[in-house]
Amino acid sequence: MSQRRPSPPMGGGPRGGPMGGFGGPPAKSKDFKGSLKRLLKELRGERNILIGVVALITTSVTIGAFGPKLLGRATNYIFYGYLGRKLPAGISKADAVTQLKNTGQNRLAQMLQESGVVPGQGVDFHAIARIIALVTVLYLFSSLFSWIQGYLMAGVTNRTLYRLRRIAEEKIGRLPLSYFDTQSRGDLLSRVTNDIDNIGNSLQQGLAQILNSILTVLSVLAMMLWISPTLALVALIAIPASMFASIFIAKKSQKQFIAQWDWTGKLNGHVEEMHTGHSLVKVFGRRQQAITDFGTLNDALFESSFKAQFISGIIQPVTQLVSNLIYVAIAVLGGYRVATGSMSLGDVQAFIQYSRQFGMPLAQIAGLMNVVQSGVASAERLFELLDAKEEEGDPVSFKEIGRAVGKIEFKDVAFRYTKDQPLLENFNLSVTPGQTVAIVGPTGAGKTTLVNLMMRFYDIWEGSILLDGVDIRDYKRDDLRRQFGMVLQDTWLFSGTMRENIGYGSSTPTDDKVEEAAKAANIDHFLRALPAGYDSLLTDDNSTVSNGERQLLTIARAFMADPAILILDEATSSVDTRTEVLVQQAMAKLRSGRTSFVIAHRLSTIRDADVILVMDKGGLVEQGSHEALMASKGFYYDLYASQFEASIND
Amino acid sequence: MRHLLVQTLREFLRPYKGTVWVVVLLLLVQSIGNLYLPNLNADLINNGVAKGDIGYIWRIGAIMLAISALIIGASIVIAYFSSKVSMSFGRDVRKAVFVSVERFSTRELNKFGAPSLITRNTNDVQQVQMVLFMGLTMMVAAPITGIGAVIMALKTNVRLSGLLLVAVPAMGLLIYWLLRRIVPLFRVMQVRIDRINLVLREQIAGVRVIRAFVKTRYEEERFAGANNELAQTTLSVTRTFAIMFPALTFILNISSIAVIWFGAKLIDTGSMPIGNLTAFLSYIMQILMSVMMAVMMSLMIPRAEASAERIQEVLLTPSSVIETTDPKSPKARKGLIEFKDVEFRYPGAEHPVLSGISFTAKPGVMTAIVGSTGSGKTTLLNLIPRFIDASAGQILMDGIDVRDQSLENVWSEIGFVPQRAFLFGGTIASNLKYGKADASDEELWKALAVAQADEFVKEKEDGLNSPVSQGGTNFSGGQRQRLSIARAIVKQPQIYILDDSFSALDYSTDAKLRVALEEHAKNSTLIVVAQRVSTIMKADQIVVLNNGKIDGIGNHADLMKSCKTYQEIVLSQLSPEEAAS
Repeated sequence: MSQRRPSPPMGGGPRGGPMGGFGGPPAKSKDFKGSLKRLLKELRGERNILIGVVALITTSVTIGAFGPKLLGRATNYIFYGYLGRKLPAGISKADAVTQLKNTGQNRLAQMLQESGVVPGQGVDFHAIARIIALVTVLYLFSSLFSWIQGYLMAGVTNRTLYRLRRIAEEKIGRLPLSYFDTQSRGDLLSRVTNDIDNIGNSLQQGLAQILNSILTVLSVLAMMLWISPTLALVALIAIPASMFASIFIAKKSQKQFIAQWDWTGKLNGHVEEMHTGHSLVKVFGRRQQAITDFGTLNDALFESSFKAQFISGIIQPVTQLVSNLIYVAIAVLGGYRVATGSMSLGDVQAFIQYSRQFGMPLAQIAGLMNVVQSGVASAERLFELLDAKEEEGDPVSFKEIGRAVGKIEFKDVAFRYTKDQPLLENFNLSVTPGQTVAIVGPTGAGKTTLVNLMMRFYDIWEGSILLDGVDIRDYKRDDLRRQFGMVLQDTWLFSGTMRENIGYGSSTPTDDKVEEAAKAANIDHFLRALPAGYDSLLTDDNSTVSNGERQLLTIARAFMADPAILILDEATSSVDTRTEVLVQQAMAKLRSGRTSFVIAHRLSTIRDADVILVMDKGGLVEQGSHEALMASKGFYYDLYASQFEASIND
Repeated sequence: MRHLLVQTLREFLRPYKGTVWVVVLLLLVQSIGNLYLPNLNADLINNGVAKGDIGYIWRIGAIMLAISALIIGASIVIAYFSSKVSMSFGRDVRKAVFVSVERFSTRELNKFGAPSLITRNTNDVQQVQMVLFMGLTMMVAAPITGIGAVIMALKTNVRLSGLLLVAVPAMGLLIYWLLRRIVPLFRVMQVRIDRINLVLREQIAGVRVIRAFVKTRYEEERFAGANNELAQTTLSVTRTFAIMFPALTFILNISSIAVIWFGAKLIDTGSMPIGNLTAFLSYIMQILMSVMMAVMMSLMIPRAEASAERIQEVLLTPSSVIETTDPKSPKARKGLIEFKDVEFRYPGAEHPVLSGISFTAKPGVMTAIVGSTGSGKTTLLNLIPRFIDASAGQILMDGIDVRDQSLENVWSEIGFVPQRAFLFGGTIASNLKYGKADASDEELWKALAVAQADEFVKEKEDGLNSPVSQGGTNFSGGQRQRLSIARAIVKQPQIYILDDSFSALDYSTDAKLRVALEEHAKNSTLIVVAQRVSTIMKADQIVVLNNGKIDGIGNHADLMKSCKTYQEIVLSQLSPEEAAS
């Protein structure tokens, strides 16, 4: 029986191959051989099991291949018995043959001559029973091995995927910030999710299946040659023809599948845009245009998907056609040979069965090519990620630091993100412990850059930054970062409990400390009012927790960290006034006694700061206290005074 | 529940009824052909081989060839039409869903959420389409072939057909048992896949926080937990699946063996001609294959059912904003907006979002709306262009209730700048022209100047033709906001509605923009929601909202004296001296 192996749908339908195209992106890899080699290397740890799997598949297919031949022998015995009953008992076979020849039935005589008919005797059930017992055992073992192989392969794939996921995630933890800021985050996510899944698909479906299909074809071919080389010729011509035809058609359909994937992406992009900007589309009178544009993309998608499906749908009929042609040819030729005694009926039977076993594996091989190609392409993308440059390691000889005092100095610092866009040049700053530094300036002025540099998310190009008199590059990165606490505009919280999120700030969070921090951040009351209190889960959307409350949670987290140096971004335009007051109070409390860098938006904060850094277009424009800067009537004065600038109409 | 899938199929296949019948007919031809071939083979053996009649062998052979050709021809035509029908189905459903959503009001859109609607139009439609395609090719063929084979088997030899009574249930039970184990595992697997994707998404989005709090190890452990769980479930699923095929093959093979054994007995007693044995083997194979196919297909049905339900949910949801069939037009378009005792309440909600809202926004006047979050500001703004409809009261535009005017007319009056600036994929120019396709470059630059955006656009190499990515993510928040405002300005509307549109701008730009806009739009109505007191203070008319009700209307000086809520808001941002100036 042909080995058609359905696999668990990991996203597509139960069949890949000729019906496929939905499973994954039909990407083309840049270096197929190289990536395939590397992917196979990843399996090296499983080498012994894979050898076992190969052995099991080979054995399973081989012994299964004997089945039809042996059953053919059984059929022969039946045939002999059938003929035997027709002849009168008592005479010998030779006599019966002569009799037939005398009556002119030469062909029949010939057939009888070659057969094992015993005149008068019926079917030899003993012989048949022996054969059947043997075949049953063979089939049993064939299926058994096939199962064990599948079982083992599942383990191999599973462990490999587990490892790949782990490696990828760990890699993410070592990538420099610049990677995240410059590369598409969606693409990165896709590599560690979709691409790994796709590799899994390919391993699960592709690996064992291809071996299976190839071995099936080879073993069947061998059996056919054994039974009758002449008849096998028919197959030998037709099979390759069928294979080439199906691969040719598969390639044509591939072109359409790529187009289909392309149009799907465009259509989805359009739908996403129109739905996300739903109100705008309406109020700017673009609804009809949106529908028309949709129609155009939709029709294009229809064209390519219809063609893709149809063309790949021809593969089956074509291979079936060849299979049927062989079937008929063998039935006729075989029948002829049996009638003339040059071949036994059972052999013809077996031959027919074998010829029917070709179609499936061949069609599958064509389809599996795509699966493997896709998997290797995904592997390539994953390896690209794994090869990406990592954040610089820690210095070999580093300076220890327990809790910093909080003295920060920038000495002649120069930095830019890209060569052609200068940012900081000859930047100098000296902050004494406990001081509040307000950073102000128009958007894009480079305010977050200072933060990036202090935390060593990016490294400076020239000069040095000192913490407590030591160059920050002489500390371990983790030790350096532990000195800082951040409350940013982007309130990142994760899908854990409130308690876990607040506790995130410390490496040793206890329930008491968490509650203390929550109280200090003015969010304790809110948390106690929740149905599950501190153990309530934070969900992805904003339904349970408002923006303002999220801010308070991040402030609580910063309290937990109890850092020597604080970095605060005050942009809180989307907070209501009540919460605004709470946030202000909490931030003020957080700042007391710590060196603070505040990206300030509130006039009160700016005014009360010890030092104000006025930035514009990446450079430091002015520096000083509020009074000093107002007196100098420079950039700061312009910025600040515009608050109350009389409008032209007044 | 089951009905929605069938209903969806029936509804959208109606225009293709003819083609579907052709496919079914051809499938019938194909199946009959496939059933007839073994019969011919039996004949060939019985009357050709056994009798040594070569001529007969050739003749039967020719007939078999002809029938094969017929079958193949049918298959190709089936492939053509089934592809066409199922893809057409997909196209039609997608279009229906999209048009439905376009008719939605903001309320329906928010009920589903944009991501869900996108999934429904893509993944869910694909699921149903897939089932249709497989159904057309397989699910129709399977029963026809199966039943036909049973008939042929019975015709060939009734007693031997008794084997079916054992083989079919054996196969059926095996598959049933496997499915019962696998289907729930699949659901769990999906949940775990979602979980691991969520964790990864979080780790990528929050990389700064993770590094700042030195939590890389913590995150690795968190991930390991999710990874372990997923691995466990996946292993169970794949291992269970691994049993399926070998077991099925074994049943098939054992059935063949049984046929041979019992067939031999029958042949020996002369109750069956020998050729029929081969035929019978073919029939039993075909029957068992049909059973296998049919049961595997049923794997897909629940998923498609769920998808059909999600699709129908969208199609069957009516829009809560209904356009009038008898639109009236105001005599003159000046841009006068009047709210008369407007209430907005979500159906079934205890408290209304807005109640008793009455005020007038006149052209040439800037009306600022302030209030804490949740006080209903955005809702108020959304009522004007009828993104949602009021549950009581009236909103008049130029003297006529907005519900009595055509939507297109209402929209043509309004230049809307939402809270979250959103740009469409294309160029800066295409975005600016969004409300006025024939705007000249001059008009565009003028609008950019007012919106304080001309400088950064000039600095760009491609200027107006600079590319804009979907959503405008290749621009900073402040730039996006200014471009959104410029887009509204280009349209030259009578009414400007700006929902907290200056939040990403610094104070200086904010002030300059406000001044420029007021000058440019001095004959238009300006309705502005803002959080920054510095923006609000200068408005001609300030509407103070508190818990959905109007707490006070007036200018800054008046409200500072009379309205407590307003005082609170102002003093939370400014010192008393600044507030007084």
